Amino acid sequence: MVVTQFLILASALFAMGVYGLLVRRNIVLILLSVELMLNAVNINLIAFESVLRTADATGQIFAIFIITVAAAEVGIGLAIVLMIFRNRKSANVDDLNLMRW
Amino acid sequence: MSFADWISEPTNWVFIVIGIVVLFSGFRVVTAKNVVHAALFLVGALAGTAGLFLLLSAEFVAWVLVLVYIGAVIVLFLFGIMITRAPTGLDEGLDSQSKALPALMSLILFGLLAWSSVTAFGSTEVVSVGEPTSTEVIGDSLLGRFVIPFEVVSFVLLAALIGGITVARRDLTPLEEEERAAV
Repeated sequence: MVVTQFLILASALFAMGVYGLLVRRNIVLILLSVELMLNAVNINLIAFESVLRTADATGQIFAIFIITVAAAEVGIGLAIVLMIFRNRKSANVDDLNLMRW
Repeated sequence: MSFADWISEPTNWVFIVIGIVVLFSGFRVVTAKNVVHAALFLVGALAGTAGLFLLLSAEFVAWVLVLVYIGAVIVLFLFGIMITRAPTGLDEGLDSQSKALPALMSLILFGLLAWSSVTAFGSTEVVSVGEPTSTEVIGDSLLGRFVIPFEVVSFVLLAALIGGITVARRDLTPLEEEERAAV
């Protein structure tokens, strides 16, 4: 296995996440696309770790940190979505035009 | 390294199968017309990623991914979907109208990233399967060299917990507060 195959797969996944982020209008689906992008970064970290094989597994530790921060992000993000839905009766980003000029 | 050499390695067959699963699921996550289906296809993408981690002999991270993402985050997402949209059927207003420009942009991004990783790393070999990173090593470095980031991350989780509760809590209206005070 070469490292490039993992990098190409991860960049395809990242590009899909960017596409979803730009195209989707539902906030929950936008968060799903962000998760896809974070996942692609994790693949990169693990692939590089298995090339370098550092003594203290730095790449894997960073992947674990990213997973933790992503979990926190989802918790806060969905709490905010819940609050927006309660106030605006919609989870659509086009409806959130209060601060738009 | 030629393609014939590459395809003759059995691990690469596994990689191709997992890669197809991951790419298809990822594609369906951003294109599915049903919100619940999008969340469930994310499960496929994440399970495939965990398989890739096993292939790269990162066993601990693979199972952390399964536990945290598939076990907890997806459930949270499904909760969010169920709460924010009662009709979970098809919805045509899910995507914005202009799709060509985002598609072009993400294709260019993919091309750029793929081209730069091919030119930079070419055929750098990964260390072969069969010698997994032991959990002992990860535990040692989490509580050794990375102990400060580890504590910071745990603090981030605590802050997210408290913040999530505070944001999602429904405050009582003045009328309800009066009723509660009267009791």
